[in-house]
Amino acid sequence: MATALRIEDLHKSFKTGFIPKRRKILKGISLSVEEGEIFGYLGPNGAGKTTTLKCILGLIFPEKGNIEILGLPYLSLRAKEKIGFLPENPYFYEYLTASEFLHFYGELSLKKREKKAAKVKEFLHLVGLEGWEDVPLRKFSRGMLQRIGLAQALFNEPSLVLLDEPLGGLDPLGRKEIRDIIVSLKKEGKTVFLSSHILQDIEMICDRVAIIVNGQIISQGFLNDLVSEKILFTEVTLSGVDKKELEGFGEWFSFHGGKTLIKVFEEDKIERILSLVQKRKGKIHSLIPRTETLEDLFVGIVKQR
Amino acid sequence: MRIKAIAFNTFKEAIRDRILYLLLFFAASTIIFSRVLALLTVGDRIKIIKDVGLASLSLFGALMAIVMGTGLVYKEIEKKTIYTLLSKPIHRYQFLLGKFLGLILTLFMMLCLMSIIFMTLVYFHTFKIEWDLLRAIFLIFLELSLITSFALLFSCFSTPILSSIFSLSFYLIGHSSWGLETIIQKIKPGPQKILVQIIYLLLPNLENFNIKTEVVHHLPIPTQLFFFSTLYGIFYTLFILTIAYLVFRKRDFI
Repeated sequence: MATALRIEDLHKSFKTGFIPKRRKILKGISLSVEEGEIFGYLGPNGAGKTTTLKCILGLIFPEKGNIEILGLPYLSLRAKEKIGFLPENPYFYEYLTASEFLHFYGELSLKKREKKAAKVKEFLHLVGLEGWEDVPLRKFSRGMLQRIGLAQALFNEPSLVLLDEPLGGLDPLGRKEIRDIIVSLKKEGKTVFLSSHILQDIEMICDRVAIIVNGQIISQGFLNDLVSEKILFTEVTLSGVDKKELEGFGEWFSFHGGKTLIKVFEEDKIERILSLVQKRKGKIHSLIPRTETLEDLFVGIVKQR
Repeated sequence: MRIKAIAFNTFKEAIRDRILYLLLFFAASTIIFSRVLALLTVGDRIKIIKDVGLASLSLFGALMAIVMGTGLVYKEIEKKTIYTLLSKPIHRYQFLLGKFLGLILTLFMMLCLMSIIFMTLVYFHTFKIEWDLLRAIFLIFLELSLITSFALLFSCFSTPILSSIFSLSFYLIGHSSWGLETIIQKIKPGPQKILVQIIYLLLPNLENFNIKTEVVHHLPIPTQLFFFSTLYGIFYTLFILTIAYLVFRKRDFI
């Protein structure tokens, strides 16, 4: 499989303050994204996610390091023709209507002229904005701006799509729709590089992830390799057993209606709880084993630092 | 193609901005008000109409160039629209040139509108179309292009308020730098004379674009002077645009 994006030893710092002081933002980022995969770029706020994306796009210039997009130098127009980008909290020309906006961006990124009108309709439909063609973007809600932003990112049919927090500001339904679009991009053979801190979404759609903390990549690899399949604890919901008898089995919480949820960390204790419930003629409502999530991994790594 | 797309988008942005129409309204009012001033004048009334008319074209045109020009690039950075724009396959110089040409197109249209009002007013007094006025208007247009390039340059690194102050200063300095010529003639030869000569060379001389007196009073305009002013305008504008590009070329958009 060919490499869609290769970043080697990227360094960037900014001068801040009245008496300029150099602050290192990226401290040697290296990663590679293979063609056809969805790559998640995770990190807490201020870790350097957006700075990395801006370097890739040539919006800021790194002091050191090398970037290649589909084997091409990243600042070349040929490389830029093959990428689509959706920024975080997208801001667009609010005086343009949705269709004028896509036309304008189409003229910047497409070569053939005749295709545009039909394409504008097709992409507005894709992001669920049909019927909004003639509405100025100033009247769009944040979620709608996110959608039109995604439409402009995909308008030139890029091979590599860079998305900065694509699911921020969307309602649950909108998030699902955008997630579905991202997954469909993968099916079309496109590569997606998305930065996010909504771990649940990343876990659902990404093949590989890299975790960046404080300008450095702390961990990267296949999601399955990073997150272990080991059962961390089991959540048992039961009723009909006196709470005092449950002490010593694990952490427990009471619910309304006499139900109790207990977190059991050792496997042998689960057997003992089951037999206790049977003895007291109680009831087991649910028994859910919990494996490590991306969130556990992420929180663990960030706390360590 | 890409420069054209950016230019037309800039044009669209400008003509959907209310401030442009406010300035246009004041310009039109001043041109029409010159008719009232003419009534109060002893002598040739039409000269007052022409004089005030051309002066308002120049002044309000410059105000339009400064007000809109100083926000040209700054607004794109401030509103973060530049992020998606520069992620498209375009060079930074194409972006700058597109923005510049978009505003030039806007100013051209506004100047045309103001000129139509002005020339119609003159026509109702002389009952002939005075084509000579167009020569003065053409040079005003070149002056506006130069002011726009300056506003664009400041807009690449400064806020609109500061850029407006810089551009207004440029306008005022440009219209008074000819005074240095007199100083040069009066200074004795020596290093101080060379210094003033260098300053005079570097400072813009916007009076090169002022042939209002000649046109109003039907004085002859030497062809050489007209061509010199045209070339001066074109080259000075290109020079400032090049500096703007050098500033913009390696700028980080944080």
